[in-house]
Amino acid sequence: MITVTNLTKRFSKLIALNNISLSFPKGECVALLGPNGCGKTTLIKSILGMVLPDSGEIEFNNQSISGKWLYRNQIGYMPQIGRYPENMTISNVFDMMKDMRKDNKGVLDEELIEQFGLNKLMNKRMHTLSGGTRQKVSAALAFLFNPDVLILDEPTAGLDPVSSESLKDKIIKEKRNGKLILITSHVLSELDDLVTEVFYIEEGKLAFHKKLIDLKTETGELKLSKAVAKIMLAQ
Amino acid sequence: MNKILKYVIVDIVRNKIVLIYTFLLLLISLSVFNLESSATKGLLSLLNIILILIPLICIIFSTIYIYNSAEFIELLVSQPLKRKSIWISLFGGLTSSLCLAFFVGAGIPILIYHADLTGIMMIATGLSLTIVFVSIAMLAAGMTRDKAKGIGLSIFLWLFFSLIFDALVLFFLFQFQDYPLERVMVFLSFLNPIDLSRIQILLQMDISALMGYTGAIFREFFGNGFGIMFSFVGLLLWAVISLLFSLRRFNKQDL
Amino acid sequence: MRNLFFALLGVFSVVFHANAKVISVGKSKQFTSIQKAIDFSKNGDTVMVFPGLYKEGNIIIQKSITLLGRGYPVLDGENKYAIISIKAKNALVKGLKLQHTGRSEIRDLGAIMVYDSDSVSVINNILDDTNFGVYVQNSKKCTIKGNSITAYGKDEVQSGNGIHCWHSDSLTIIGNKIKGHRDGLYFEFVKNSLIEKNISTMNVRYGIHFMFSNQNTYIANVFERNGSGVAVMYSKKIHMYKNHFLNNWGDAAYGILLKDITDSDISGNFFTENTVGLHMEGCSRIKLSRNTFNNNGWAVKIQASCDNNDLTKNNFTGNTFDIGTNGSLVLNTFNGNYWDKYEGYDLQRDNIGDIPYHPVSMYSMIIDSNPAALMLFRSLIVTLLDKTEKILPGVTPENLKDNKPVMKKLPL
Repeated sequence: MITVTNLTKRFSKLIALNNISLSFPKGECVALLGPNGCGKTTLIKSILGMVLPDSGEIEFNNQSISGKWLYRNQIGYMPQIGRYPENMTISNVFDMMKDMRKDNKGVLDEELIEQFGLNKLMNKRMHTLSGGTRQKVSAALAFLFNPDVLILDEPTAGLDPVSSESLKDKIIKEKRNGKLILITSHVLSELDDLVTEVFYIEEGKLAFHKKLIDLKTETGELKLSKAVAKIMLAQ
Repeated sequence: MNKILKYVIVDIVRNKIVLIYTFLLLLISLSVFNLESSATKGLLSLLNIILILIPLICIIFSTIYIYNSAEFIELLVSQPLKRKSIWISLFGGLTSSLCLAFFVGAGIPILIYHADLTGIMMIATGLSLTIVFVSIAMLAAGMTRDKAKGIGLSIFLWLFFSLIFDALVLFFLFQFQDYPLERVMVFLSFLNPIDLSRIQILLQMDISALMGYTGAIFREFFGNGFGIMFSFVGLLLWAVISLLFSLRRFNKQDL
Repeated sequence: MRNLFFALLGVFSVVFHANAKVISVGKSKQFTSIQKAIDFSKNGDTVMVFPGLYKEGNIIIQKSITLLGRGYPVLDGENKYAIISIKAKNALVKGLKLQHTGRSEIRDLGAIMVYDSDSVSVINNILDDTNFGVYVQNSKKCTIKGNSITAYGKDEVQSGNGIHCWHSDSLTIIGNKIKGHRDGLYFEFVKNSLIEKNISTMNVRYGIHFMFSNQNTYIANVFERNGSGVAVMYSKKIHMYKNHFLNNWGDAAYGILLKDITDSDISGNFFTENTVGLHMEGCSRIKLSRNTFNNNGWAVKIQASCDNNDLTKNNFTGNTFDIGTNGSLVLNTFNGNYWDKYEGYDLQRDNIGDIPYHPVSMYSMIIDSNPAALMLFRSLIVTLLDKTEKILPGVTPENLKDNKPVMKKLPL
């Protein structure tokens, strides 16, 4: 569904992505792993068109995304830190996003809004919200339009355990609906139940790409975190 | 695009700074018209405010707004929206709300106290300056990602256009006093939007003195409607070119 | 004595007219030619001209007669001739329409030429497309009144003056409308004359121009939109009251230019929207009071060559610059004027500002030496320069000041 070919991106001296190639098929839940500053977020942002690569190609449904914007109708994105116009209330933000994505004719998925209890906070202004609540808004927004692809950048960071669980359940549910889900996270333990494939990125390059099951069997570990640690040590 | 514009405007209008700016202008205009002995003198005092305060507020407010909206812009860019629409909407939102602020704060008092051609010209130049300096602010904000540097750059640009440029021109004038400079002066004035606006007002208020200046080019240029037209075209170019450059930068910017 | 004189004059004229007859000119009248009628007439007769177009070249009047038009008969100079020449005493020309005078490089040709005459009157005529309109030379006690004089001059060389007076005495010029000549009114060596309520507009050069003309009085005339405004030179004891100098724009245009004028009184005039309202050079002992200077580029430019002039109780409003000068020598006084740019205060509440007003701004002096700098006027840098100069005077003449500026506009 998403194919990245020979993607390179530099930020002045730093090479964030170094000729990386990978592809994410439909119906998978993919974990993008790697140490801090390895280029995960850059890769995600490149896919979203927020970062413009120096060279290489990104295809979405076999079409190059360069200069395009409509393909983003099929993506729900939850940023690492979601910030919104300070003076808007939560309902303003939802209304605005609904308004802007009106062309998207799908049914709205408001499950997360309910589960997070955002309904009761609808009239609060964004600047009064805690970091966790903002994350909830970001998550609810990402799922709201029933997109084919969900890109979640550190989704559970800052969420309380209950919400974190609801989000995980939601991710699993959507995976079953045949959606492509891209997750980056530092907290590997959270990904155990979710992901089907693991991409490990290091210094802008793809270090390895394995199915979770293969990874676990290869290393003989049950926990993703341990499996990854083991394979990294082995290399 | 209209949708983004709508939300930007709503956001800015809710911002207290624009409200404060409106009231500040209103306070200044009303006090200037009521305290000065005649409406014309009031208009003159207001001229300085328009030429100095408006570029300053517009450029700094817009720069800060763009930096503060970085996340919002990021959010928008991740949505199925064209970057161009986002940027133009930001520009549109800033200009329309700041223009509205100017019109309510200064335009209406001018219309109440001095509703003649000079007053209307003053409003027109105030509005043009607002648009031009929002444009320049967007360019400045696009130059660097560092907020402090960006605001510094804006302040410098304001200082440059309102003081340094004219000081340099004055210096230049005295260095080349013995040469015919009228053509050069007309040209130079187009390099500074504040000068262009100022000359518009000069054409209204000091036309008698301006016509005393020897020089056919000058008189041809400013002695009829063409000068006014050209000056406005000049201001328009300033706004459009800065905006286009900033848009080009924004299109290539990583967020 | 004076009354007796007039009484006698009245009696005389009645007696005179007892013998006077009226000679009619026109189609199917006594005469068809004006000149023939004049030749036939005697002193005191009236030649009455009825409507029609008369092309008779130059008509000459050398008798004390009245040439009277009925319903504005047209006398046409065919672009060749001066139309009426008068060399007489007590002649009157009234109610004619004179058009298309000739133009000559050698002789001055005009609609009505008055030479070496006495008490000639030119009244209520319409002059159209004239080189010179009314031309008076070596005459005295003539009256030029209520004429409308229009030309279509395009340059100084090709056109003459509206009312041109040379070497004359005790003229009365009232209520004429003059337009489109070289100079609207021109006087050279004219004295003891009264010029009142004339309107001189859109002339190629000056609205009024006089030289070596002493002891004349100018009242309530209007000089508007003339190529170079008004210029008066080398004269003394002139009196100007309640005249209007309007809309004279250009690098050499002045509401009024006074050059070498002395011992004169200029009061109650209005200078409005001129590049320079009043320009003085080489002037002495002029009293300027109760004038209104409004919306001029420079209200007054007073060159350092002027001395002992006195500006009192004038209103200065809306001018770009109040006073301009070219040197630091100040031999003139300014007192009790109203300056709208005055920023002082009046603690005693006696309507007199407590600190003097310096009407010369630094920037006006900069512009004087570098005119292109005008383009920077009202910019922040210039405002700062001016304010600095106000606090620490260095360039502007320190003595040029009004010690008693009034706080409120004078009712003029």
